[in-house]
Amino acid sequence: MKSSMCGRRERVVQIDRRLISHFDWTLFLLVLSFVAIGITTIYSANYNLATGHAGALPMRQFTWLGLGLIAMFVAISFDYHYIDRLAYPFYGLMLLLLILVIVVGHSGGGSQRWINLGFFRLQPSEPAKLAIVLVMAKYFQSDEPAKGYYLRDLWVPFLLVAPLILLTLIQPDLGTAIILGIVFISMVLMGGLRLRSFSYLVAAGIAFLPIGWHFLKTYQRNRILTFLDPDRDPLGAGYHVIQSQIAVGSGKLFGKGWLHGTQNRLNFLPEQHTDFIFAVFSEEWGFVGCVALLLLFVIMIAYCLRVVQRAKDRFGALLVFGMLSIVFWHVVINVSMVTGVMPVVGVPLPMVSYGGSALASMMFAVGVIINVSMRRYVF
Amino acid sequence: MAALQINKQDGAPEIRRRANSLYVLLAVVFIGLTARLVHLQLVQGERYTFLSENNRVRLKRVPGTRGMIYDRNGELLVDSRPSFDLIFVPEDAKEPEKTLRELAGRLGWDVDEMLQTYEDNKSRAAFDEIVLGRDIEWSAVVAVEAYQLDLPGVSLRVRPRRNYADGPIAAHILGYMGEINQRQLKNYKEQGYLVGDEIGQSGLERYWEDVLRGQHGGQQVEVDALGRRVRVLHQVNDVPGYTVHLTLDRQMQQTAYEALKDKEGTIVAIDVNSGAILALASTPAFDPNVFARGIKGNEWNALITDRLRPLSNRATQGQFPPGSTFKVVMFIAGLEEGVVDPNANISDPGYFQFGNRAFRDWKQGGHGAVNLHRSLVESCDTYYYQLGAKLGVDKIAKWARAFGLGEKTGIALDDERNGTIPDSAWKMKRYRQPWYPGETLSVAIGQGYVTVTPLQMANMMAAVANGGKLYRPRLVSKVESVDGTTVREFGPELIRTIDIKPDTLNRVHAALADVVKVGTGAMAKSPIVEIAGKTGTAQVVEMKGGYVKTEQLSHFARDHAWFVSYAPVQSPQVAIAVLIEHGGHGGDAAAPMAKKVYEKFMELQKQADEKQHVRAPGESRAD
Repeated sequence: MKSSMCGRRERVVQIDRRLISHFDWTLFLLVLSFVAIGITTIYSANYNLATGHAGALPMRQFTWLGLGLIAMFVAISFDYHYIDRLAYPFYGLMLLLLILVIVVGHSGGGSQRWINLGFFRLQPSEPAKLAIVLVMAKYFQSDEPAKGYYLRDLWVPFLLVAPLILLTLIQPDLGTAIILGIVFISMVLMGGLRLRSFSYLVAAGIAFLPIGWHFLKTYQRNRILTFLDPDRDPLGAGYHVIQSQIAVGSGKLFGKGWLHGTQNRLNFLPEQHTDFIFAVFSEEWGFVGCVALLLLFVIMIAYCLRVVQRAKDRFGALLVFGMLSIVFWHVVINVSMVTGVMPVVGVPLPMVSYGGSALASMMFAVGVIINVSMRRYVF
Repeated sequence: MAALQINKQDGAPEIRRRANSLYVLLAVVFIGLTARLVHLQLVQGERYTFLSENNRVRLKRVPGTRGMIYDRNGELLVDSRPSFDLIFVPEDAKEPEKTLRELAGRLGWDVDEMLQTYEDNKSRAAFDEIVLGRDIEWSAVVAVEAYQLDLPGVSLRVRPRRNYADGPIAAHILGYMGEINQRQLKNYKEQGYLVGDEIGQSGLERYWEDVLRGQHGGQQVEVDALGRRVRVLHQVNDVPGYTVHLTLDRQMQQTAYEALKDKEGTIVAIDVNSGAILALASTPAFDPNVFARGIKGNEWNALITDRLRPLSNRATQGQFPPGSTFKVVMFIAGLEEGVVDPNANISDPGYFQFGNRAFRDWKQGGHGAVNLHRSLVESCDTYYYQLGAKLGVDKIAKWARAFGLGEKTGIALDDERNGTIPDSAWKMKRYRQPWYPGETLSVAIGQGYVTVTPLQMANMMAAVANGGKLYRPRLVSKVESVDGTTVREFGPELIRTIDIKPDTLNRVHAALADVVKVGTGAMAKSPIVEIAGKTGTAQVVEMKGGYVKTEQLSHFARDHAWFVSYAPVQSPQVAIAVLIEHGGHGGDAAAPMAKKVYEKFMELQKQADEKQHVRAPGESRAD
């Protein structure tokens, strides 16, 4: 039915006047403000008081913004119903890239995460998050059974997501694996899993924990143990957690002001411009800044929830929901980790943290949301 | 079409309904995170500000004490002693330059040099430590402690430093420490090495790095505004490294080193019945203590540009033509392959005519009528030319390799070399040329393409002495943890047993004994111990025509002197190879040195026996 509808359009790229008039400026401006906050904070995180320079990273993030804008407009330019056809090829490509990254990948920080493309080191686990959303939206787009799905109905989605999660665990990239799992579960729930079946899933998950523990790398186990007992590794992970909390806490109400943070000069974190960017931001902008930044995220997510509810079909609604759940879980896990309410797992703050693959993927995700948002008026 | 209509109107009703509850979830999460921020930034804000403003919490790493190294009798060779580094943290000093002037005044150090060190490090973060001096003298330590209040930002750091009790004597075995380089850092990162860490860079220090190293401990320390320690917040104790016991005998090592002093050369002494190395000295040597205190640029440059290559271990890394010492292999090969009649004489006119070329004997005029025994005792080249021609290069290579020549012995030291034992296949592969029979004659007297390491020669003599058992040379007998429990133990390791007829062994043993008794090795004759051996003089520069006296040659053109041997003749215990680079004749330059080491060995044995005898009759514990 749907394909016949798409079939009536002759061109794939279809941006007519009506669409332009419906362009979602709200989302677009929100994205730009996150990236702007990101770049100023990356600048500060790398700022050297003695030399007065911040190195190449802020400028490079600008380049990634350009890349992100391209990704975003690609995601907007075609009718999102074509994603129905693109979902599996895209998924296959991601699977291939994740295998490739293990075979020929570049390692950093004890794991293999990148493929060198010359001008750009691609981290395939970032777009892999999108692939999950695409294939799940495709799978769940037809109407759900009256009483919802049983677990046994869902072996196909499980089979689709399992290799992605396993491949990121092998790298090992625990943060991405967690995001993949949690986004998957969000999608399945939204797609119509019975709540009782969900509780079985949770129980199975808890039962699996000891086995999963066995597969973690020593440094990952240490992080979790350190979270449970910060005194356990006061010279390693525990030191990072404490220094990160000092950074956030010392921001107090109004912060120390831009470029005036002192904690981040300590090099206490190996990744202050990526996963711990929120600590740098908190120190300089204080409680007021933090709440404002969180509110911006809340506004964006609430706005996207509106788009979910107004989408003209299930496929569109699920696409938007998947993308917003990526953003939501990143924010929750990242902020929890930086403020010490969760173990340290490598998860960036969306659109704010430094990183080309992550920024481009996030902007693509927002592009998809804008796409659905724009076309809800078009019949 | 009907379904499409419904979709248009309803969108996705279930999803719309579920999304409603997500607004609630969103609100809850937002409130939760905000509550956390309230706690950190508003409730605890003052405390965290205090900790951050003075960046009060610092990490101090305490390196694990490196393991000690002992000789076979439990005499200490290497340990670690505490030393003090002078540290400066610019951020803790209100006026860094003033503090440094003050400090230089108190210590009587050069002000400009100190300020220069500071300038050089200025681009680094202000809270980073600058090392003003390593291993500073005790008076400076006292001065810094006493005037601590006037010297904000100045502190002392205790560091264990490697101490090599005998300085250069066993330098090439023990090796040296150095700051970890970029490549090592990449390889060892997982094991917790950081920039600035020390790591074994050569010798046993490098080979046994994992065992000797121990584990870092550290402290999370709260410091005051002047960088002084207020209290230790957390502490992780370091784990000392393991103790390594060597097969080396410190006194024999000393004797070997003393004998070689002022020459370029090496002495290797091996226990004939186990492959345990008793002494392995190489000169010129270096003092590893210089590395321990932090080698200076000019000192390092002097070491690596020295034409005499003091850093190279000549026993394992030097590849030399074996010269006449190779005749020991020829002797055995000839008998075993059945190509010589030991009793038949050949007549030696002083050269061997091969095709249209005459191969000269070292002795002008020749040795006259020579049989196999005399050929070795007098080192008659002509005899071995004809023997080599009969054997052919491939059979020579087979026997040389059986004794471990041309292959790594597998001793646990870095960068051991192979040497070369050529045969026809080797030459084809290497030069894409067939083997020429004339080349066999050079090989027969240990020249031409043949090269060996002195360690290989010592090991070969050990196998000759013990009847054909080739052991792997080893330096370490035992690894112990600090509390004395044995972690690993190393016994003899047989590489292979060489099948040699008893008659052959008897003949070669008799000939080697006569070399010292009446032959070219007479300078090794000792009143204390009967020695068997073979001299060698390895040509460095090919002489065209005429016989030249050693004294007429420039130092670097002079021949290498060899003496390979074992003792006592009746029941061999030790095998020794001596090589003196550009030492001239083996009999004159190398043989006397082996004698000294054997005599030391006998003396030590006697002492050990006496000790046992003294104790044995008493049987009582009353001392």
